[in-house]
Amino acid sequence: MAGKDLERSKEAEGFEHEFESGLAVISQDKISDPGLAPHRVRMTDKSPKHAKNAERQVAVLFLLSVVGSFFALWAYVAFPITEDLSTVRANNLWLGLGMTLSLLGIGIGAVHWAKTLMPDFEVSEARHQTRGSEDVRAAAVEIVKLADQESGFSRRKLIRRTMYGALALFPLPALVVFGDLGPVVGDSLRHTMWKKGTRLTKDPTGIPIKASDVTLGSVFHVIPEGLAEMHEHKLEEKAKAAVLLVRLNQEDLKEDESKKGWSYDGIVAYSKICTHVGCPVALYEQHTHHLLCPCHQSTFDVTEHCKVVFGPASRPLPQLPISVDAEGYLIAQSDFLEPVGPSFWER
Amino acid sequence: MSLRRRLNGSRRSPLAATIVIAAGLLFSGGGFAVATSVVESNVATAYTADQIAEGKKLFLSNCASCHGLNSEGTKAGPSLIGVGAASVDFQVGSGRMPGQGSGPQLPKKTVQFTEAQIELMAAYVASLAPGPAIPDDKYLEATGDAAHGGELFRINCAMCHNAVGAGGALTEGKYAPVLKGVSAKHIYEAMVTGPQNMPVFNDSNLTPTDKQDIITYLAYMDENESAGGYALASLGPVAEGLFIWIFGLGGIIAITVWLAAKSN
Repeated sequence: MAGKDLERSKEAEGFEHEFESGLAVISQDKISDPGLAPHRVRMTDKSPKHAKNAERQVAVLFLLSVVGSFFALWAYVAFPITEDLSTVRANNLWLGLGMTLSLLGIGIGAVHWAKTLMPDFEVSEARHQTRGSEDVRAAAVEIVKLADQESGFSRRKLIRRTMYGALALFPLPALVVFGDLGPVVGDSLRHTMWKKGTRLTKDPTGIPIKASDVTLGSVFHVIPEGLAEMHEHKLEEKAKAAVLLVRLNQEDLKEDESKKGWSYDGIVAYSKICTHVGCPVALYEQHTHHLLCPCHQSTFDVTEHCKVVFGPASRPLPQLPISVDAEGYLIAQSDFLEPVGPSFWER
Repeated sequence: MSLRRRLNGSRRSPLAATIVIAAGLLFSGGGFAVATSVVESNVATAYTADQIAEGKKLFLSNCASCHGLNSEGTKAGPSLIGVGAASVDFQVGSGRMPGQGSGPQLPKKTVQFTEAQIELMAAYVASLAPGPAIPDDKYLEATGDAAHGGELFRINCAMCHNAVGAGGALTEGKYAPVLKGVSAKHIYEAMVTGPQNMPVFNDSNLTPTDKQDIITYLAYMDENESAGGYALASLGPVAEGLFIWIFGLGGIIAITVWLAAKSN
């Protein structure tokens, strides 16, 4: 074995010499093949007492597995799953422990047996070359030629061309069917349920909110009017339209001239969907006026149009322009003026 | 979190002596002010004038150094005008007030006053201006609708306090405390007053019945153990990930090493 290894390492050296002239840097301290580690005789090979011990250990492990199997059977009967859901826990726990013991006993026993008692001589196998021998290559070419000749693939043009046509067209129905599998996104990422005059209502009840309800320091979790009664696509709509409503002291708000009319008496409404990857941003700190996203700690400053003050989000949370109707209920002035949530390609 | 606060605490230690001396001077000054000034009180509806007067004495000797002699607030503490009896009952009743030293957030600690003293201080603060009152006992019983309470909790509270009330981190050292074992009265008062950085959930947002449902849900979570086995403090992916990376992956590495090692 060792002789063969030596030969291989010499071959490798020769291979490298061929390229030596072309290399800019010639490695001088190339790692040499360490070969096989010297063989060490195990205790179980030297002393019959150790061998006997190892044999007993393996047997004990297999017996443990037997115990585990019986335990699992017993546990299945002793901890039945009933109408009470909490019984699942005890059932799974003890049944699982029994099965674990049963499998681990067999596995560890088998490995221990192989490591301590089965013969331990080292074997090394040389890799063969990737390129086949000339004979094998010639035979392969012969087979392809014969197949072509017998099938008439090259000769019968009509068959060949119609087959190409059939193969090219057969994926078409699948493509059409797959294309219709999901809904077409269209411009649904750019619009939400909010439109001019939609009342702001409480999540989950859908009760409309009066401006006077929103006291200083309050935070309301808001859905658009009508969402609470929806049955189809309710969650899709909620995922886009969820809004957080906060009232601040008017003097704490630092509003842009262009967005001055978007708040009402210190009440501001922002999309709850993080502009980073779309988690609900709702951890509002009453005194710092910071909104924190629990997923990646993006922090938005409510006093300044929810600009990003920390974290990976790159855009402020979109603001919902709000106002009040004749009865004093808060309403939206329009939809969000930009797409809510995380960035997407065509944004 | 607790480690961080401990570290902060140890870093503050050189300043502690200065702070204690300053606080002592302020307290004695406050005490002197009590002794020399004529106590005037605005009569509130639910409390007697005597209670308010006694409460003011307690306030002046224990709270005025930070909150101002007329509760108008100073740089060290906010104004207490209009915070109501519920605020006093929550802050003093949970031991958060009187605060010891500044920091990102005042922690819960041993309560410093008796129930009777807290009530007197609450009477005084309630007399300053109308504010949230101590909740009616009928809303504090855990007999509401736990399922509805759970839904409201997940919408309004879970983002900070965790879905089962195990608490969570906020920005710059602040945190939402654990709700396990917190009394129903304190949960209710926290919702109406919005202590520290918690927002307010007034009665038009969460009606008293809604609040009772939330209390019922939290009581249910306190009483029923986690159905999925050991909850690892219910902290979710961080605690669970740490466990599986250390013990799960550690176990796999140990088995791999054993498999590949030669027998003696």
